Amino acid sequence: MPHDHSDHDHPHALLPPEPALRVKALETILTEKGLIDPAALDEIIDTYQNKIGPQNGARVVAKMWSDPAFRAAMLSDPMPLLEEMGFYGRQGEHMVIVENTPEVHNVVVCTLCSCYPWPLLGIPPGWYKSDAYRSRVVREPRKVLAEFGLDLPEGKSVRVWDSTAEIRYLVVPERPEGTEGMSEEELVALVTRDSMIGTGLAQEPGA
Amino acid sequence: MNQPDPVFEAPWHAQVFALTVHLHERGLFTWPDWATGFGATLARHGLERELNGGDDYFNAWLETLETVLREAGKADAVQVEAVRAAWEEAYLSTPHGQPVRLAD
Repeated sequence: MPHDHSDHDHPHALLPPEPALRVKALETILTEKGLIDPAALDEIIDTYQNKIGPQNGARVVAKMWSDPAFRAAMLSDPMPLLEEMGFYGRQGEHMVIVENTPEVHNVVVCTLCSCYPWPLLGIPPGWYKSDAYRSRVVREPRKVLAEFGLDLPEGKSVRVWDSTAEIRYLVVPERPEGTEGMSEEELVALVTRDSMIGTGLAQEPGA
Repeated sequence: MNQPDPVFEAPWHAQVFALTVHLHERGLFTWPDWATGFGATLARHGLERELNGGDDYFNAWLETLETVLREAGKADAVQVEAVRAAWEEAYLSTPHGQPVRLAD
């Protein structure tokens, strides 16, 4: 292979990949027509890159673990409480909270595309959007969960919830043993993103 | 603690996502309609091979958005291709380090 190829000096600006140029073309056309505000695009990206993420969902879960009245209200009618906490809006308008128990483990998917509770968990991870996860978790949930390192005891049943453009789910993982004395703030740190999708468990304290 | 994965793997993933959310908020389409169209594109692309959740996913997303805009009469294919080619030319003719702008 020739090794004296000096393309890496980039005499011109680095050419973005083809789809990136198509996106730029759409932005240019729509901006010229006054159909979009480029500043609004930057703000949307900043919001999901820096402001909204699984820490929101973790606060909800920790509060449910700590406050029985809040937990009961969340399970029956979560929307007023989520609005109050500010975890409301785009793709989180109709949340259903599903709680793991010693008998039942819940896991969430979107078989159609990638519907996901943005205000509580942010943008879904790559695997959530992959065909592999979307098609298989419904068919063979135990096997898929095992691949995530989650081996469920045989007696435990698995319930798979298929999200839609209207209804999004949040899994409340079981509160780990040995956390009885922990404050709500300390509990937040144990609630992982995957535990709220159902492909993981909450972390053990000190893990 | 491990460094979390980036929210978007590539800048254009973020751009096309934001563009779609913004157009939805401006009332160009409902989200259920978007999800139906996007789901259909994913299903079609997924017939040939298993799609990953990165470039494959956002390629299907972009194709869906292009279709929505074409059908709504907001950006036709010829126009999109002309502006895309103009951007490509702008990148190739701009010295490295300079801001890339479309020629007027």
